[in-house]
Amino acid sequence: MNKVPKWVDVALIPLANLVLALLVSGLVVLWIGENPLKAMQIIVQGSLGSAYGLGYTLYYATNFVFTGLAVAVAFQARMFNIGGEGQALLGGVGVALVCLFINWPHWLLALPVAIAFGALFGAGWALIPAYLQARRGSHIVITTIMFNFIASALMVYLLVNQLKPAGQMSPESGPFVPGAHLPTAHEMLAWIGIGFPKSPPVNVTFIVALIACVLVWLLIWRTKLGYAIRAFGHNESAAQYAGISSFRIIMISMLISGGLAGLMAINSVMGEAERLLINSVQGAGFVGIAVALMGRSHPLGVLLAAILFGVLYQGGAELEFELPAVTREMIIVIQGLVILFTGALENMVRIPVENYFVRRGTGAR
Amino acid sequence: MTRIGAMLAVGVSALLLVATSVLAEPAIIYDIGGKFDKSFNESAYTGAESWKAKTGSEYREIEIQSEAQREQAIRRLASGGSNPIVMTGFSFQSILSAVAPDFPDTKFTIIDSVVDQPNVRSVVFSEHEGSYLVGVIAGLTTKSNIVGFVGGMDVPLIRRFACGYVQGVKDVNADAQIIQQMTGNDPSAWNDPVKGSEITKSQIASGADIVYHAAGGTGVGVLQAAHDAGILGIGVDSNQNHLHPGSVLTSMIKRVSVAVEDAFSGGADAPAGVYVLGVAEDGVGYSMDEHNAPLISEEVMMAVEARRDAIIDGSLSVHNYTTDDSCPAS
Repeated sequence: MNKVPKWVDVALIPLANLVLALLVSGLVVLWIGENPLKAMQIIVQGSLGSAYGLGYTLYYATNFVFTGLAVAVAFQARMFNIGGEGQALLGGVGVALVCLFINWPHWLLALPVAIAFGALFGAGWALIPAYLQARRGSHIVITTIMFNFIASALMVYLLVNQLKPAGQMSPESGPFVPGAHLPTAHEMLAWIGIGFPKSPPVNVTFIVALIACVLVWLLIWRTKLGYAIRAFGHNESAAQYAGISSFRIIMISMLISGGLAGLMAINSVMGEAERLLINSVQGAGFVGIAVALMGRSHPLGVLLAAILFGVLYQGGAELEFELPAVTREMIIVIQGLVILFTGALENMVRIPVENYFVRRGTGAR
Repeated sequence: MTRIGAMLAVGVSALLLVATSVLAEPAIIYDIGGKFDKSFNESAYTGAESWKAKTGSEYREIEIQSEAQREQAIRRLASGGSNPIVMTGFSFQSILSAVAPDFPDTKFTIIDSVVDQPNVRSVVFSEHEGSYLVGVIAGLTTKSNIVGFVGGMDVPLIRRFACGYVQGVKDVNADAQIIQQMTGNDPSAWNDPVKGSEITKSQIASGADIVYHAAGGTGVGVLQAAHDAGILGIGVDSNQNHLHPGSVLTSMIKRVSVAVEDAFSGGADAPAGVYVLGVAEDGVGYSMDEHNAPLISEEVMMAVEARRDAIIDGSLSVHNYTTDDSCPAS
């Protein structure tokens, strides 16, 4: 059997998709009368060219790593969890409860408890859709997306009626206790004497995200459970025949997925805002789908794709700032094109490239 | 050609900058809804454009896409020399309180919320007073004694609108029943005309014959449904009477555009502090024009004008929901 080389699968095809997406985006930029090369330069320079830009890029990337891993883990069991948005919102509630009502002496104590609560609340929000899928066969796509709406309704209730300080206009909780402040990159790098700008919100959660990547890799590729999840994802009836309980796999993979989505709140709620906002997720749950697709549901791929989307988010903001002709909607178009080419149109590149390598493989033999 | 024009403009403003050394370019940051939300942000945009048309000067603008960009946008504009910097929406409150002290020489203006800093000008509107007045008109005009309210998202600001409206209706028509509904729980609720129209239809089915909306772009659907069913709608923010002449009873005007224009014209020297724009300051009110003149009778006009005067001279006070997060009427 002829297989395409691994580097083609994991590197060449995603890269080709990305280049295609950027070419089409360049045409769009050209069409509105701006120089696409200059736009590209602003995006790269603004997101990676300075410590300031890098700080924001990594902050966004941290969010996307968590939501991307969440989607990726569920993907391994062929569960399409598009409820990352709601699970991350609920994770925020868990984190906020920990950081609002307990007077932490030090963040090192607050962080593990916040992680536990964020994951617990996120997983809790995935519990009912998972159960409905596992026991009743209610489609996970439908139930998770419905739970996103229920989550935002719950947020409105909590923030408008319960957690909002009296007389405050904005529906958000009060500030967290000072002991729950997570060190930012500025503070952490200062410990070892490296200067870093103060305002970028990237914080210690980025390291938590890297650890999460490693743990997910260990879980999926180095444990019995991970093997069962992958086996279930490849062929449900074969897995059942081998004695793997589909109920158990669906429940476990969805709970891990929800928990990972919930962890995003460590970065956005505890690390950045330091209070619970009504819309702290802001679409990151959906970006997670694109990140997982592009990263081919592998933690390393998810990390790289998350950084790419971080670049698009931060670079996009710089682009909007530097070139007034490029509006917010244009940035969304460019981001959408990247998602379109790397996700939906992936086979457009994959099939010809794979055919080419397979043919070359046969020719060589 | 335009590029040369822009360069000339930049050159001229640079010269002016040197000459006066206080004339910096103003800037505006729109909230996540975006500047073309047919409502609040768009009203701010109108104000900025009107300033531009009158003075011929340029301004910078940013539409943010995520929560993290709030601080980024403020810092980018402030360190880039923009002054004053206007931001629309209460969501900037906590971030501006933290960032404003870092830029003591920049003047900030926040609309719809109060930030207590020496270089921040806070502009808040007494929406409850304006809503009270349109509530009075609705209470006196309704025939079925049932009126409706459609809000956008269930946030304290919109509850303030609803509460003022209910007080107005009840004051003149104690038997009237008010159906209050919100469109949704996420920002899409500000721009969902289809859902606005469905909610309005259900209120009409429950007997409502006047429906007031405070729902941004969603309100387009509310007014359309009211028009289609032959009942009356009440517009909000800008004068929406012309959208369906004869079917829009009046509009609760909130002059965000004036606030933005004032902030821009005031420049960097505009005084800081809290500015409450109520009925007395003409910051809020109800609209009268040729489109709705036949709908409002002489008696109704007298009654609402009397209450307007009473609010201005202080003999009538409308309860503000956000002072204690509760409403005396329902």
